[in-house]
Amino acid sequence: MEASAVMDRRVFVSSLLQHLPDALVVTGLGSSAYDVFAAGERDRNFYLWGAMGGAAPIGLGLALARPDQSVVVITGDGEMLMGIGSLATIAAKQPANLSIVVLDNGHYGETGMQRSHTALGTDLVAVARGFGLREALVCDDLAGCESIARRILARQGPLLVQARVRADEPPRVLPPRDGPYIKNRFRAALGLRPF
Amino acid sequence: MNAIDPSLAPEWQQAIFRVLKAGDVRQVAYVPDAGHAHVIRCAVADPDIQDIVLTTEEEGVALACGAWLGGQRSVLLMQSSGVGNCINMLSLLQSADIPFLTLVTMRGEHAEFNPWQGPMGRTTQAALELMGVHVVRASHADEVEELVSAALDEAFLAGGRVAVLLSQRLIGRKNWARK
Repeated sequence: MEASAVMDRRVFVSSLLQHLPDALVVTGLGSSAYDVFAAGERDRNFYLWGAMGGAAPIGLGLALARPDQSVVVITGDGEMLMGIGSLATIAAKQPANLSIVVLDNGHYGETGMQRSHTALGTDLVAVARGFGLREALVCDDLAGCESIARRILARQGPLLVQARVRADEPPRVLPPRDGPYIKNRFRAALGLRPF
Repeated sequence: MNAIDPSLAPEWQQAIFRVLKAGDVRQVAYVPDAGHAHVIRCAVADPDIQDIVLTTEEEGVALACGAWLGGQRSVLLMQSSGVGNCINMLSLLQSADIPFLTLVTMRGEHAEFNPWQGPMGRTTQAALELMGVHVVRASHADEVEELVSAALDEAFLAGGRVAVLLSQRLIGRKNWARK
């Protein structure tokens, strides 16, 4: 991670989401979930507390099921790396309404800030493009939030954003851990009833 | 792609696709296996079904969660070796109470030629059960349709997590001679 990565993760996520009040958001576990929750609780958020590597393929299943909605996966570099092959799966489907925002601090924040592969040579944008996600870009300036939000809402993706954020740990704010509650609330927001 | 007459596929494979189609399964995720070839071909050809080829089977478990969040039914097609790849991701289904249907073609059983298929094949059922998935096994062609149909209802009408194992004897001996 180069020293130029100076975005504050909380400010970035809240700035992005303020432009996306209706988007369906799937988070990774740990810091990315806290960031999304800190930006404001919404029924259209699905938080992970486990299932590491699952955020992007959850987003794919959701995006294919609801092409009328903008789906945004907001996760960390470690979580994305664990499920990195899912970028190939996503590229094979080219879902126009799916965007993946990787909050890249180059570290595993939840476990004591050990360096991740993105701090040790992996270039996420190059990886994404190599898998076939042509719309892959770096964001290291908060001023980029508005144009990213426009692209998300345009649904001409898929889109991958590597958002380079500072490797720090803002105060923990914990989203609900009750999976059935989160699921049922999310589905109800889409007008889906319990079985 | 080779043009293969669907009517030449074994009847039990044709029955599986009929059940999935009638059950409104809209996303068919898979890591390919010969025993799933007919269903995969039909899914690719069906404009109302999304076919999703996976790099590893656990993606299909997560995909099932996303599909259900968006109101669609999905199925994961995999070989027994792929079950091992899914283990931690299966916790998602229990933790968020997500319906799940998977069809698993078995290796490491009847007339297996490759001993490397043995360790995972012998533990496939136990591994699924340890992770909270109800397992049923189809050993005869004439029971496949009813078992898959029942599993589909258990998943999507009762909110269950169900695997149907398609036994290696059902699928038949793999021909190891080079064509």
